[in-house]
Formats: sequence, C-alpha cells, structure tokens
Amino acid sequence: MPEVVTATLIDLAIIITKIVAFTFMVVLPLVPLSVYFERRFSAIIQDRVGPNRVGIPLTLFGAKKDFHLFGLVQPIADGLKLFLKEDFTPDHVRKAFYWLAPVLTVVPALITVCVVPFGPDVTLFGRTEKLVIADLDVGPLFIFAISSLTVYGITLAGWSSNSKFPFIGGVRSTAQMISYEICLGLSVIPVLLYFGDLNLNNIVQEQADNGWLLLPFWTDGKLSLPSLQTTLFMIPAFIAFIIFTVSIFAETNRMPFDLPECETELVGGYHTEYSSMKFAMFFMGEYAAMVIGSALIITLFLGGWSAGFGFDEAIANFSIGDFRIGGFIHVGIFLTKLLVFILFFILVRWTVPRFRYDQLMKLGWVIFFEAALINVFLAALIIAAPGMASTITVIGLILLAVVTAAIIWVAKVSEPPAKVLRA
Amino acid sequence: MPTIKLTRPKLNVGEKIYFGALIKGFFLTMMHAVKSLRGKSYGAEGLASSGLGVTMQFPEQRWDDHMPEYYRGAPTLVTDEQGRERCVSCQLCEFICPPKAIKIIPSEIPSDDKWAKVEKRPFEFDIDMTRCIYCGMCEEVCPEQAIYLRKDYLITGTSRAEMVHDKKKLYEIGGVRVGLVNKWNELK
Repeated sequence: MPEVVTATLIDLAIIITKIVAFTFMVVLPLVPLSVYFERRFSAIIQDRVGPNRVGIPLTLFGAKKDFHLFGLVQPIADGLKLFLKEDFTPDHVRKAFYWLAPVLTVVPALITVCVVPFGPDVTLFGRTEKLVIADLDVGPLFIFAISSLTVYGITLAGWSSNSKFPFIGGVRSTAQMISYEICLGLSVIPVLLYFGDLNLNNIVQEQADNGWLLLPFWTDGKLSLPSLQTTLFMIPAFIAFIIFTVSIFAETNRMPFDLPECETELVGGYHTEYSSMKFAMFFMGEYAAMVIGSALIITLFLGGWSAGFGFDEAIANFSIGDFRIGGFIHVGIFLTKLLVFILFFILVRWTVPRFRYDQLMKLGWVIFFEAALINVFLAALIIAAPGMASTITVIGLILLAVVTAAIIWVAKVSEPPAKVLRA
Repeated sequence: MPTIKLTRPKLNVGEKIYFGALIKGFFLTMMHAVKSLRGKSYGAEGLASSGLGVTMQFPEQRWDDHMPEYYRGAPTLVTDEQGRERCVSCQLCEFICPPKAIKIIPSEIPSDDKWAKVEKRPFEFDIDMTRCIYCGMCEEVCPEQAIYLRKDYLITGTSRAEMVHDKKKLYEIGGVRVGLVNKWNELK
C-alpha cells in the first residue's frame, strides 16, 4: 500500500475515533446524566427525594441486596420505557414532516459538538492530536449557523402535527428564535474582538495563558493583576456574558423562556402529538442543546478546559513515558465546569417564573438588542483606545454616551402608556 | 375611621433592572436546596422525613408509628370478647356504601348454636377493596358496631379476586373489639 493511502487511512481512523469518543461517549451520555441531575436537583429544591432507587438489580441474580447507585440508572430505565412504548402516529398528521421533525432537532445539536474544544493537544504514539473533532477557524459562527437549524425541527413538528397546540408552540418557537438569535450573535462580537480569533481552541488557549475573560487574574501562567485595558474590558465582557447566557436560555427553550412547550398553556407545546422514541428524540435534542449551549458559554467566557490560575501548562504537559496525556485531565475539568453550569440551568428553572410572551419579545428586541449593540461599540472603543489619540477616545466616549441616552429615551417614549385596567 | 388610599409603590432603578432580584432568588433557591439536603426543611420533623426534604421513604420507613388516631384504613369486621360475630347482616352498610363495595348474603343462625337468639349473621360478607373509598360511612351506619375502619393501609393484591376481602379475611384483620354493644349477651 502506498504511504499516502496509509496516512489518509490513519487520519480517517483518528477522525472517526474522535467523533465516536466525543459525540457518543461524552456528549450523548451527558444527556441522560443531565436529565438525572435535573430530576434530582429539582426534587431537592422542592423538598422531595427524587429518583434514588434504580440501580443494578442484583437481587434478580440471587444477591442479598440491590446496588442502588443513588438512582443513576434511572435515565436508562426511562429510555427503555420510551423505547418500548407504542409509537403512535395520529391519523391527521402530515406524515413525512412528522417523522422528519424529531430528527431535525437532534442532529444539529449533535453536529455542533464537532467544534467544541474538549482539551488541549495530547501526544500518543508520537502523534500530537487536538482534543476537538474539527479544528475549524470559524467555530462560533459554525455553532450559530447549525444550532439555529433546530428551530426547523420544532416548527415542522408544530405544523405537521396539524393540531392547534403544537402549531402555536411551533410559531412561538420561530418568533423566539429570531428575536434571540440576533442578541446571541451581537453579544458575542466583543468577545471575538478581544481575542481576535474565531478558532475556539485558540480562544481557550489564550484564556488559559492570560486569564479567563471574566477572571483575568494571571498572565503568561503567573498570577498578576490585569492591565487597565483588561480591567476596563471586564465591563463589556460581563454585559456580553449576561446577554449571551440569557439568549442561550431562550435558544434552548429552557425556563424562563420555555414558551414553545409551556405545559400550562399549550398542553405539551410542539411535541403534544408525539409519543415513544420520537418524543424522546425531542427530549434528547433539547438536553443536547443545553449541553452545547453551556459548553459554548464556558468556552467563550469561563476558560473552557483550562483550570486557570497558571496550572494549565503543568497539567497539559503531564505525561507517562512518551504519552503526553495531560489533555485528558483537561477534559475532566471541562466536564466538571459543564456539569456545574447545567446545575445552574436547573437552578434558574426553579427560581425564575416563566415570562409572558410580550415581555419575552420586549426583552429580546427592545432591551437586549440595543444593549448588545452599544456593548459592541463600547468594547471596540476600549480595545482601540491605546492606539488612538486621547481626544478621539474622549469624543468616542461622549458619542457613545449620547447614543445610549438617545436609545434609552426612544425606548421610554415609544413605550405605550400603562392602561388603567379598572375605572 | 380615616380612609387611606393605597398606591402601587414605584420601583426604583435597581428594582427595574431585575437582575438584583434574580440573584437574590438564586440564593434563596440554593439555601432552600441546602436546607432540604440537610433534612431541615420546614415541617420535616412533623412528617417524619427521611432526612432528605420532607419525604418519608416508604419501604424502609413506615407511617405505622406516626398514624393519627383518626386515620381511616381498611374496613373490617370485629367480634366481641365472647367471640360472637357482631354483624347481624342488617345490610345497612351495603346500602349506604357510596361505591357499592360491600356485598352481604345473610343467613339464619341454627337453633342449636350458642348465639341462636341473635337474629342473623352474614353467610358471606365481601368488601371489594378496589372499590372502597375509605369514607367510613359503613362504620357510622352500623347499629351493632360490627364494622370498623382499622389502620391497615397496605391493601395489595396481584388480581382483582385477591382484592376482594371475604368474611374470613375481614375478621382476621378486624380482630376483637371489647365493650360497647352487648345487648345479645345473657350475662350482662
């Protein structure tokens, strides 16, 4: 066999290994795990116990006691139940789209996994490999492009179900997605300006060396106070973080923005007519989107796989013999952060009540859109200030203040006066 | 009395921004979760919680010691201290029973029986526990104080037939009840 072919085959094998490892052995198992955490943490918040029984049924094989494992096997039992249920297709649905919709919600969420950096590079058998499936130079853009496709699944599910509640859910989802996609894209621009890079792996590497975006307390691997520019940049970074996080909540249809499926108004929302595995796929897509969303927030703002405080260099170079496997420790750190953020998602669910639909729209279009836009200019000003004459900077600041005041004034004036509900 | 006109309080800027309240809310929820984890939730003690929230975890922990006096469990038939069946099969409970769970077939008492002077006794007395709603009307209506709601609450069965309590089972759960009516007792 010629050498080129061998090399190509090895490359292919490595890519397939990465896909299988990251998509099917890291992200997919995270879905049932987050379902478990959701149920357990919700239960604790509500003074209940939650699923704590399902484990390994050793008594079936003659042992004295079951091994309950804190109920960690519960999601598998749930999945098995959904798998064995009758897959009922109502008579009135548009079959082709009805079958296509669940797939369209799961697949984009799983495709976006490929640009998420799980760790720095590792050296195995003399080959150095990055712990990311595709080292794209347009990481965040790719994620936005693909993840917004999930709304097609939801909309199609709503429309093809041919019944009123799913339809309203689908329409709501579309409107919500359009409103928050804009804030999502705009809020991330300051971050990209700061790093000057669209490669997620480089962004994380930069954060590992010079401090996380929201915690810049070390430079070149040594603890130190941030420079004036970095300190000032924390303001737009924090605004961007808030807008981005809230938009991710809206994108993943989580509380407090779960209007497409709110139980109190729309029965089950867009998946009312679905059952069995098709319903499970919606469920999976939703949780996969949540996992990817948290991964993106962590990667952009909270240092991705880096442990921070100057430990990263040492961890990354940890090796046994010729195998430099410190990267796998970083994968562990990344997953820990991810789980913490998923717990935060659940905490929000049980703290913030659901928004009314007009409030949701107002928040998206009137507040976050403008705030993100102003934030872009503020960030640009802070980044460009050292290279400009101070007078230009001051003029820029004044202009920004005037524009901000004008926007706030317009928003206030255009707001309809509160109606008197009772005479 | 002076009349006070209440006005809706005006929100200040901090309250309008909403994020302060959100963060306060996160802390509140988190504190509640920690409390629940430590088994210190409100009412955990009174409900005999398992140490996680306020929930009692069933097969290991049971209500038995915490059952209130007025608890209405399974309806049962009782005998008196002489071992006489109290029920005279008047069928009042059968007629009052809202879900029609009780079925009685009355029978005569043979003249050579010890309790021959008692009018009747049930030949068959079935309570269908899949229908019983534990309302306690049978207990209230019984003129002979023969039927009582006991504290048994674990009524299970693997078939419908098993869920029908017949006379033998009812007396078995009910046991002996001392005192009260003894109008059929010659020795009184």
